[in-house]
Amino acid sequence: MPHFENVVLCRESQVSTLRSLFGERHHFSFPSIFIYGHTASGKTYVTQTLLKTLELPHVFVNCVECFTLRLLLEQILNKLNHLSSSEDGCFTQITCDTFNDFVRLFKQVTKAKNLKDQTIYIVLDKAEYLRDMEVNVLPGFLRLQELCDRNVTVIFLSEIIWEKFRPNTGCFEPFVLYFPDYSIGNLQKILSHDHPPEYSADFYAAYINILLGVFYTVCRDLKELSHLAVLNFPKYCEPVVKGEASERDTRKLWRNIEPHLKKAMQTVYLREISSSQWEKLQKDDADPGQLEGLSTYTHVELPYYSKFILIAAYLASYNPARTDKRFFLKHHGKIKKTSFLKKHEKITSLVTLQLLTLVGHDDQLDGPKYKCTVSLDFIRAIARTVNFDIIKYLYDFL
Amino acid sequence: MATSSVSKGCFVFKPNLKKRKTSVPIEEYFNKGKNESEDSKLRFETYQLIWQQMKSETEQLQEELNKNLFDSLIKFLQKSHSGFQKNSRDWGCQIKLREIPTAALILDMKHFLQKLCSQLMDCHVDVESKEQEKDIQKKIHCSMDFLSSWYMNVTQKMDPGRPGKKRTSSSQWQSPPVVLILKDMESFTTKVLQDFIIVSSQHLHEFPLILIFGIATSPIIIHRLLPHAVSSLLCIEIFQSLSCKEHLTTVFDKLLLTTQFPFKLSEKVLQILISIFLYYDFSIQNFIKGLQLSLLEHFYSQPLSVLCCNLPEAKGRINFLSDNQCENIRRLPSFRRYVEKQATEKQVALLTNERFLKEETQSLLENLQVYHTNYFLILRCLHQFTSSLPKYPLGRQIRELYCTCLEKNIWDSEEYASALQLLRMLAKDELMTILQKCFNVLKSSSEKQLGSSAKRIEELLAQFQSLDAEAKEEEDASGSQSKGLQKTDLYHLQKSLLEMKELRRTGKKQTKFELLREKVVNFIDGLVREHLLPPETQPLHEVVYFTAAHTLHEHLNAAPRIALHTALNNPYYYLKNEALKSEEGCIPNVAPDICIAYKLHLECSRLINLVDWSEAFATVVTAGEKTDASSVTSEERNEIIHARFIRAVSELELLGFVKPTKRKTDHVARLTWGGC
Repeated sequence: MPHFENVVLCRESQVSTLRSLFGERHHFSFPSIFIYGHTASGKTYVTQTLLKTLELPHVFVNCVECFTLRLLLEQILNKLNHLSSSEDGCFTQITCDTFNDFVRLFKQVTKAKNLKDQTIYIVLDKAEYLRDMEVNVLPGFLRLQELCDRNVTVIFLSEIIWEKFRPNTGCFEPFVLYFPDYSIGNLQKILSHDHPPEYSADFYAAYINILLGVFYTVCRDLKELSHLAVLNFPKYCEPVVKGEASERDTRKLWRNIEPHLKKAMQTVYLREISSSQWEKLQKDDADPGQLEGLSTYTHVELPYYSKFILIAAYLASYNPARTDKRFFLKHHGKIKKTSFLKKHEKITSLVTLQLLTLVGHDDQLDGPKYKCTVSLDFIRAIARTVNFDIIKYLYDFL
Repeated sequence: MATSSVSKGCFVFKPNLKKRKTSVPIEEYFNKGKNESEDSKLRFETYQLIWQQMKSETEQLQEELNKNLFDSLIKFLQKSHSGFQKNSRDWGCQIKLREIPTAALILDMKHFLQKLCSQLMDCHVDVESKEQEKDIQKKIHCSMDFLSSWYMNVTQKMDPGRPGKKRTSSSQWQSPPVVLILKDMESFTTKVLQDFIIVSSQHLHEFPLILIFGIATSPIIIHRLLPHAVSSLLCIEIFQSLSCKEHLTTVFDKLLLTTQFPFKLSEKVLQILISIFLYYDFSIQNFIKGLQLSLLEHFYSQPLSVLCCNLPEAKGRINFLSDNQCENIRRLPSFRRYVEKQATEKQVALLTNERFLKEETQSLLENLQVYHTNYFLILRCLHQFTSSLPKYPLGRQIRELYCTCLEKNIWDSEEYASALQLLRMLAKDELMTILQKCFNVLKSSSEKQLGSSAKRIEELLAQFQSLDAEAKEEEDASGSQSKGLQKTDLYHLQKSLLEMKELRRTGKKQTKFELLREKVVNFIDGLVREHLLPPETQPLHEVVYFTAAHTLHEHLNAAPRIALHTALNNPYYYLKNEALKSEEGCIPNVAPDICIAYKLHLECSRLINLVDWSEAFATVVTAGEKTDASSVTSEERNEIIHARFIRAVSELELLGFVKPTKRKTDHVARLTWGGC
């Protein structure tokens, strides 16, 4: 199929493997296929396009959404039901609680005429969530074909390797297919593919080339890169729009865009400022330096005693208990006072602010234990506001 | 209560809701406490009136403070999904839409979000969503698919046009966004939050969602809670609300540093409220609650507080004062001091003639009003001077200055002296801007005496300006000389500098500017000494000042440990039963069992032997009774005492005074006062 190559780029070998696995419509396919690869390596996209263009009956489920087994099973069944009864239009909600029910209901649903003589594909995206469900779910799906005696193939999509899935009781081994990361050439090809209609493909390809030059060392995520490409493209076109440079004037364009992209790497890419703010800046031609990013708001305001409780907690978390005598016996000053000021309400509010965290078990009501989780810089800033020289009391700085 | 259940267990019985409410009119409570129930009803009404005014003032204040933030947030919400509404299919749109617009709010005020909610709820759709979501929970069909199909339903239903109510804003939006507000983002489980964001980002094209995070600490928390893979799905903008300290300053300004409300707080009370705010909770709400409590307590405990209202009203009320109340006025310390200063005939008249007393009271109240008007104006002027000094000898905030002024004659303090010293070193432009500000402050009032002060400041300003002009002329004249100075070598320069220093030390020749500066400092010093007298010097200040700091402290900064100790150690304090009255260190055998056990345990060290304790307990309990060893019931009685002891000990354990220990058998460990 020639049009396939235009839609799915750089994944020819995977596509051909999958197609040969699928075989003809009525052939039984491999019972379960496990596809893995990094983020944005085209797993979902390739599978989905393949199933759609070949018009195979399939159900696509994202496991993140299904936080209980029941939701997962019901979603599959209902979608299947929808597939089979699309012609007569009747549509009832199926309820299903256990895997046993699922197998039974699955048989019923697939009795429909239009599903009978062809392979049904169930795609489970983000399959790693299956591991947190009941133990029988994953092995069950792996041999679904056998269990319900139907022509069905389950495809798992995951970012994690198969070895981390394999239950210790053993199970049916799926066909494992790896989607390798895109190379820089691949990225270039894919990103240049979606060029805006008002500019030529070459012009856009040159832009992508510059973009990859800046970002490839830090980011290989296709989604992120295409997002950045879209965000910064108007800036690249600016000289052309203004008439200062022609589309072929690559050097000039490069000089214009390169510092801009570097700035983007420090701000937008880290989500220090949002993309909408970035776009606005770009439009106003303002300096992104004046906009305060997320991490510039480091200041936290706390009541006076809370600060001392936090300092005391920090000291208690990082000094060995045996050194207490050494630090606090000589000095009868501030610290001694604070140890009496412990108020539980205040501690809980510090916990909700995530400055302290509870260690040990939740149900230990009589003696809960906390640990201070703030950084040294943070606690130093806090201590400075109350004129307390924390370094003097820290074991690590002796 | 009986149950039909055959199994053992805990059963909850809901109390009967039909319980009759005993309805006592609130103002009745004002009668009960003190024996002087003068004008209690009127006092209560005055209290309510003033509190209403104060409350509406604070509410208005908060609304103003939040207005900016609120507006920008609304704007953000409106533009966020414009792409979605336009349904534009332009290039790149798809990628951008994958980001969920998110607003990160950094704030301390909870009610702000509630406000926002209520405004959005007006959009009618969201109201429905609330109801619907409840249904969803019942059916456990909480999938995103379900939610988005519901959304489609609702928006389509909206389209045919429902006439009437709050549709104004929603009708402009073809597909209104769904706004989800997460208060206290820090306390969410990270996993849930991450999954939710991932899921909803995938459904964003059919379910326009806007997230609003309420953050109490710093926005960095977003990065700490969410990995990059998730936070890259968000398009975050930050909105920061006013810091709570600034908020306090404004509240202070509007409620306390004003003559708008007759009610005033004494220095001690103010200190308590401020320190609770700064040291404990940073809560404006609590601060205002404290203010309300002071107000209530003042009207409750001070019979003369009936005069604590606006001046014309108070004058009217004076005429209707009872004899008792007149006596109350005469008993006021400040009034007595005032009387002593008067001539003899007037003293007699004040102490015997009711009518004369009332007239005098009227004029004194009037004076008090004038005193306050001047007081706050001068306080603000002084603050202008002292707030920019290095090291802030008189405090950075006006509230600190106010507290010092309330406490004592400020000009007697060392800090004031050093502040004046620093003022004498101010540069001209600084001094002029301060003077200009003072002039503006004074001009805002219409008071006569201070009008003359304002005029004086204006004159001083004019003099400074003329100084400017003169200086310019002088400079032109001495221009050549100064040029010569620049060119001379180091030796000559040092020499001339030394000469200049010498000249200054002798102090013979001050420049015109220095003279003028001295004048300004003396002028402000004079104003301070004249107007910033502590309120105790004013007759009848007791009428408007609430001074019972102790009561306030007891209510707001309760010490549960001490209360508990008192209750257990001296049960008479709370129970008021004459039989429980005892000398120090003595244990009456009729006291509640827990008190006896508690007192006995106080005498033990870290570990308490249960057997000894139980023996001692039995001895105390049976102390007053006739010993009748031969009685048949004695064994039974011992068992009862044993049971009572066990109950007392477990109650103490529940209260956290003792706990079982594994270190020694048959012992418990003490947890308080010298325990482990």
